[in-house]
Amino acid sequence: MAQVVIRDLNKKFDEVHAVKNVNLHIKDKEFMVFVGPSGCGKTTTLRMVAGLESITSGEVLINDTVVNELPPMDRDIAMVFQNYALYPHMSVYDNMAFGLKMRKFERAEIAKRVQEAADILDIGQLLKRKPRQLSGGQRQRVALGRAIVRHPQVFLFDEPLSNLDAKLRVQMRVELKKLHNRLGTTAIYVTHDQVEAMTLGDRVVVMKDGVVQQVGAPLELYNQPANRFVAGFIGSPAMNFATVSLAEHDGAVWVEGPDFRIRPPQSSAGRLRGHAGRQVVLGIRPEDLRVANGSDPADLGFDAVVEVTEQLGSEILLDVKAGPASMVASVEPTVPAKVGDRLRLALNPDRLHFFDTQTEAAI
Amino acid sequence: MIEGAPWRRWVFFYIPLTLFVFVLLFPFYWMLITTFRPDGELYQPWNSPRYQPFWTSNPTLEHIKYLFNETLFADWLWNTMFIAAISTVISLFCGVLAGYALSRLNFPFAGSLGTGIFVTYLVPQTLLFIPLAEIIRNFKLGDTPWSLILTYPTFLIPFCTWLMMGYFKAVPRELEECARIDGASRVQAMLYIIIPVAIPGILSAGIFAFTLSWNEFIYALVFLSSPGEKTVPVGVTSELIRGDVFFWGPLMAGALLGSIPVAMVYSFFVEHYVSGLTGSVKG
Repeated sequence: MAQVVIRDLNKKFDEVHAVKNVNLHIKDKEFMVFVGPSGCGKTTTLRMVAGLESITSGEVLINDTVVNELPPMDRDIAMVFQNYALYPHMSVYDNMAFGLKMRKFERAEIAKRVQEAADILDIGQLLKRKPRQLSGGQRQRVALGRAIVRHPQVFLFDEPLSNLDAKLRVQMRVELKKLHNRLGTTAIYVTHDQVEAMTLGDRVVVMKDGVVQQVGAPLELYNQPANRFVAGFIGSPAMNFATVSLAEHDGAVWVEGPDFRIRPPQSSAGRLRGHAGRQVVLGIRPEDLRVANGSDPADLGFDAVVEVTEQLGSEILLDVKAGPASMVASVEPTVPAKVGDRLRLALNPDRLHFFDTQTEAAI
Repeated sequence: MIEGAPWRRWVFFYIPLTLFVFVLLFPFYWMLITTFRPDGELYQPWNSPRYQPFWTSNPTLEHIKYLFNETLFADWLWNTMFIAAISTVISLFCGVLAGYALSRLNFPFAGSLGTGIFVTYLVPQTLLFIPLAEIIRNFKLGDTPWSLILTYPTFLIPFCTWLMMGYFKAVPRELEECARIDGASRVQAMLYIIIPVAIPGILSAGIFAFTLSWNEFIYALVFLSSPGEKTVPVGVTSELIRGDVFFWGPLMAGALLGSIPVAMVYSFFVEHYVSGLTGSVKG
């Protein structure tokens, strides 16, 4: 039973303000993912929760207790590091037992817990080996095992899958999810990989330049990004952006691009009316673009020239040029598009995103 | 390896290597052969008809016997060993702690302090022995092993600290952080995790410190005067060179026997020692 509350958290390294006024409430049993590009302050925030980095101002509470001044050992947390940080001179068993030995557990209890964790992670046969005799995936399991034997209140993960190859990463991601479902321990997970964030997190915190951009469930971030940064960061391939102007004709709002003109549906027209006559940024995800057929209304499409096609098997990514704007469209694998083809693309009117050009906030 | 024609391999690899090995090992060979040559052969003029400087047909142990029976060589050997061992232990202890502190604790001026320590190592002993002699005299330590045990760390601690600083920097920080999250205090993390991981580095620092104090000459020459208190390098040169007469046989025997303990220490730890120098720690 543990919740983590972060209040007005700040971290300054000399002149660099790495974490700015972060406020978060991580609920009991929640799997919270911090995601963002390198240098966004996600790892620093995690390290402040762990007690490995001093807090410049603000508070971290674990289970309603302010832990700012507590050393890491007294916070009842466990952390998994990117490079595993296994103790190279100890066997797998001793690696996993170290935390329990330090906390003066009985020998029998240590053996029981290590065995339990080893069974969960399927590393029972590796207990006598040294870390250097293990593969990357096995090391990762041992690092996880070392964290779970302690039955801590909170798990902290610092990019734990980054050193694994792509296939193993997907496999371990699933296992992590299963492990969390099984143990139900509150977890904070830092990654720069938005796919990991979307698949693992109950909620995701998107950070940039030390500032929290948006906190929400994965689909919330995907469907209702709070600003242009979140919209571009979440989703792969990234959202397309084009600067357009909004005009009001005959009571309807029109979006006018350099080479196209579309009429957004009534649902979003209300929000846009206030911005009529101004320039805004239009965002549309590649999967919300498709090749138009005869039945599509004329004012929801535009012409584009195919520049590159990327065959992914399940879909084709078309890099197209629509006027001066470059866009990516994800279309059915049956579309016979070739480089240089001129196509008419239709967009899904319910899935248009608009952002203010100055503040970049969603409209 | 050198690629290309076989002659290239000879010219650029085997021949230079042979020359290098020859230059390196010849003094040891000379030491060895002189130790076992009888005086009759040693003092033959070079133009005598039976002059054969590189080999002996009548090997003898007379020089070694002379060394142990007529001089205090056994005492010198013991003194050297005792002084080198204790000063190495003291220096390693201080060097490991200081190296850890300078590389891991982010206190103000840690960097400049590290450089400062290294600079003290660079002060030549030929300058330093003058004030040190005064200190030794004031503490009435002259002519005792403690005069050396306490002065050798003046150059050994900076040396060990510098070497350990580099080694500790190569140990991933996460190891220690993980230990601290696992429930270890900073001291426990150092004792149970960092020091065991740094054993190769500590061993190389130890071997170097031991060799440096074993071979040290000037302090030993200045601070010790009674024959029974001397160390091997000083004892051999001061007792076996009388005026302008060199007792080559016992001299070389002393040098040979004096280098055996160091050679043994090296060969014992060579594996650790090499990995300590090439030093990579993998988590």
